[in-house]
Amino acid sequence: MSTQHGEFWELRLYIAGGTTRSTSALSNLKQLCEKHLAGRHRIEVIDLGTKPELARQDQIVAIPTLVRKLPEPIRKIIGDLSNTERALVALEVRTEPTTT
Amino acid sequence: MKSTQDNATFTAEPPASERNDRSNHRELPRCPTGIEGLDEITGGGLPLGRPTLIAGAAGCGKTVFATEFLVRGATRYGEPGIFVSFEERSEELARNVLSMGFDLNDFERRNLLVVDHIAIERSEIEETGEYDLEGLFIRIGHEIDRVGAKRVVLDTLESLFSGFESASILRAELRRLFRWLKDKGVTAVITGERGDRLITRQGLEEYVSDCVIVLDHRVDAQISTRRLRIVKYRGAAHGTNEYPFLIDEDGVTVVPITSAQLDHQVSSERVSTGVLALDEMMGGRGYYRGSSVLVSGAGGSGKTSLAASFANATCRRGERCLYFAFEESEAQLIRNMRSIGLELSPWIDRGLLRVHAARPSLTGLETHLATMQKLIRDHAPRAVILDPISNLIAAGTALDTRAMLLRLMDDMKRKGITAFVNDLTAGGAFHEASDIGISSLTDTWLLLRDIERRGERSHALYVLKSRGMKHSNQIREFLLSDEGVVLRKEAHTL
Repeated sequence: MSTQHGEFWELRLYIAGGTTRSTSALSNLKQLCEKHLAGRHRIEVIDLGTKPELARQDQIVAIPTLVRKLPEPIRKIIGDLSNTERALVALEVRTEPTTT
Repeated sequence: MKSTQDNATFTAEPPASERNDRSNHRELPRCPTGIEGLDEITGGGLPLGRPTLIAGAAGCGKTVFATEFLVRGATRYGEPGIFVSFEERSEELARNVLSMGFDLNDFERRNLLVVDHIAIERSEIEETGEYDLEGLFIRIGHEIDRVGAKRVVLDTLESLFSGFESASILRAELRRLFRWLKDKGVTAVITGERGDRLITRQGLEEYVSDCVIVLDHRVDAQISTRRLRIVKYRGAAHGTNEYPFLIDEDGVTVVPITSAQLDHQVSSERVSTGVLALDEMMGGRGYYRGSSVLVSGAGGSGKTSLAASFANATCRRGERCLYFAFEESEAQLIRNMRSIGLELSPWIDRGLLRVHAARPSLTGLETHLATMQKLIRDHAPRAVILDPISNLIAAGTALDTRAMLLRLMDDMKRKGITAFVNDLTAGGAFHEASDIGISSLTDTWLLLRDIERRGERSHALYVLKSRGMKHSNQIREFLLSDEGVVLRKEAHTL
């Protein structure tokens, strides 16, 4: 039940240049992690605009794409993460049962 | 009043200048596909630097078409290509390429043909807000730039729709993709699944304005036929015809339907009929080279013997002959002809004679035509024999058969091939009309008819017509001897 607390979240966000969608995805992700995964996550941002070869290697089609590398299994979440609830469900982050 | 005004706008014609503009529409530059026949019917290939949509149901040959477009581009035109696959695994693709005689791995090593398999697992993807397909653009763009690709295939783009939730985002992105491909200057082939009401299931044709080709694989009465139709080709006059095509180990062969132009070169050279007495009847010198000969007669009247005599004479001159046998196997034909002193096997051994035996009912008429044209191209004969064409009716209606023969004869005329056609007429009744009504298409028409005399049944031959020459009007008795066909003069006394 509480296995999640010991787990570490390794996240990789694929963006393409400094588009507004990319920047908002990053800020939404940071916000979400600070609130729910404080101290047990790492975010790596990959800009396909400068590293296009990684699009093929990591099978990226949509932008932005967030890849949860850890905990396993690997999951892909696409979109700017503006829908926090869906993002949390997709990341399988259990939120604390608080009212705030 | 209002209604009259409406009427006025209704009947208004576009100004003359506009009409002229449209008729003077400049044709788009072409990108040759290298696919047999396709470049011929499209006036040189696909629109250069623009996307083309190939639509069809599963198994109709879309992927084979797309693959060959890239393979020929790489091998024949030195243009590197990228195969973006949303469906097929590279191994299947490699097999397709291999069957055309090329090694996909070798292509990839030399950056001539790059395969990018894009796997989209719906179950692995969650959507949480706005997104676009920039990743796909970057991916394809990177490969295009890396190998300097001129040709791109997207097979089957529609698979994307099952991978994403938002159809509206996808549609907007596809529109952007097609525009982007055009900006990149690549000639793209996009394949799409056939839809019920639309050409493709997702209406991709809406985004492709330059060229749309539909493939079809029909099975009528257990006879299968593949057909291709160009439903859209901007700025080009394209026929609305359906073209039969074949898929075999060499790839795709589209059969162009030649418009019945009568502008072929005519030859005044003569070729022997293979029967001395018949040569005599044909102004002493035989058939015209490149002309067409029709022989009508009932079963067992000697049509095959006349055909084989002609084949023998052709090969004796050192020329290649192609014999389509629709009733007998090759072995049967050789044995039967040996009984009248015609030895065909040496010609087969020397590669001059090629016998293609096939039951017409096994495949559709179109497939037959395609096979025949392909064999004609491969063997490059100076004479072709069809024995008998009446059997082809089994593969289609009489009207279809006539149209097909017209096309075939036209093609042979253009190539200067002498065509020898046997037609089996019903029963012993006398027919001065060919069952398939092709007599008007042929230059020379010989008739074999049954005769009865003093309790003996034999056959008579006469020349019903032979364009452009003085021919005999005699009716000769037609006999088969150990030394081949013999024509005896007494027949006219009957």
